[in-house]
Amino acid sequence: MQPGVVIVGGGQAGLEAAAALRTQGYEGAVTLVCEEAHAPYQRPPLSKDFLTGKQEADSVFLRALAYYEKQRIDLILGERATEINRGAKLVHLAGGGAIGYAQLILALGARNRTLPVLGAENAVYLRSLDEAVTLKQRLAEARHGVVVIGGGFIGLEVAAAARAAGKPVTVIEAAPRLMARAVSPVLSNFFLDVHRAQGAEILLNTSVTEVHPDAVILSDGRPVGADLIVAGIGVVPYVELAREAGLEVNDGIMVDEFLRTVDPDIFAIGDCADHPNAFAGGRARLESVQNAVDQAKCVARVITGNAAPYRDVPWFWTDQYEIRFQMAGLSGSHDHSVIRGSIPDRKFSAFYFKQGQLLAVDSVNRFGDHITARKMLAAGTPLTPEQAADEAFDLKKLAAAQSAG
Amino acid sequence: MPNVTYISYKGETTTIDVPLGTTVMENAIKNGIDGIVAECGGAMMCATCHVYVDPAFVDLLDPIGEEQDEMLDATAAERKPNSRLSCQIHMKPQLAGLIVRMPDRQT
Repeated sequence: MQPGVVIVGGGQAGLEAAAALRTQGYEGAVTLVCEEAHAPYQRPPLSKDFLTGKQEADSVFLRALAYYEKQRIDLILGERATEINRGAKLVHLAGGGAIGYAQLILALGARNRTLPVLGAENAVYLRSLDEAVTLKQRLAEARHGVVVIGGGFIGLEVAAAARAAGKPVTVIEAAPRLMARAVSPVLSNFFLDVHRAQGAEILLNTSVTEVHPDAVILSDGRPVGADLIVAGIGVVPYVELAREAGLEVNDGIMVDEFLRTVDPDIFAIGDCADHPNAFAGGRARLESVQNAVDQAKCVARVITGNAAPYRDVPWFWTDQYEIRFQMAGLSGSHDHSVIRGSIPDRKFSAFYFKQGQLLAVDSVNRFGDHITARKMLAAGTPLTPEQAADEAFDLKKLAAAQSAG
Repeated sequence: MPNVTYISYKGETTTIDVPLGTTVMENAIKNGIDGIVAECGGAMMCATCHVYVDPAFVDLLDPIGEEQDEMLDATAAERKPNSRLSCQIHMKPQLAGLIVRMPDRQT
């Protein structure tokens, strides 16, 4: 058999790349190498509806097994790629075999960052389906309290699920505000109020120095007792396979706007890809469904001869209690922001600008603003801060006029 | 168990049993039915599980919520009065025999 496309990594990016190759008419062999024993599944529900019991484990799979057969996608489960031989164009597997490739897509994902403290093994982490099953069980059994280390998206979603189940919850965040890496202070403060109103104890500017099976020790020496300790302190991209193959690695695996590494036959997509991103105003490495899916489609276009640079609008969401928080664009470098709607009513959007240009929109229970923002950011629709803040100004009409024109 | 018939853009027809309470989207994915994508897994973030509901069943559906209404404005194929996100159609006894048609594209 002629070597085709080999995809290493069975997360959403890897699966979507395989699917996009077939959708775009690729006829060659497609092999998807997955380290986990499970077929590719969705991660977002694991910290949301799966944890709260609204969604069952068997509904998280991205495709039925029959799909892979029908689409001639060779799904290899429970197998790890150990080495790339770029000269021979071979991927070596831990099980001893090797697969030849014409093109190789690295969709390696990321691993949880582990706590750099004594007793870190006493904490539970959440990234995989197996970890989610364990966490759900432990959460159901927790009687005295749950400590969540890390006030980012995962930590706060877990905290919300634990509060919804009636468990006492303490969230410990080292930074002065929640979700500091991804959202602006106005949103951090909003979510601080929301969690406190729901009865979660939130400790900012606080870190953990020791983790015991039934307690953590805080940076001020105080112990906090718990029968479940969850750590959600970010992820580290898998780059070792690429680095050992001599590919360029920085924050992630370095790729160009076509998601190509320095080797023209090797690509990197998803959480592990350090890529040029117009919405970041430079290079970025994004951990999101949007980035996984859109980069998968982009790389499939490149391989099937319809190359177009990766230019998709970043979007992301988190569900905490009854709040749907949606983000469009990347707000990090904004120099000005305005609010549309009402923060006390929990229905508002923050519009972020840089040098007068719309950069990003964060929406709390404002679905229309979010969709419109995605359209405006994609089209580069001019919008002033005054228009954004004025509820009488029709954003949808503006976005529609732009896309029609 | 009630069933649902999925008709692809090219006219391929697939009828499957659908447990009560599950969604038209998740059953399409589980059964490997082409034409429904569901990139976001039913989180109402992507509008890639768009279907046209057979007119005979439209009045039996739950009303379109604000969130679905906004998302339906972002479908790749044309939005029609019988357009719905299949992740928001939960099976109930009245919907037995439901027929949905897939658009020509989801992205």
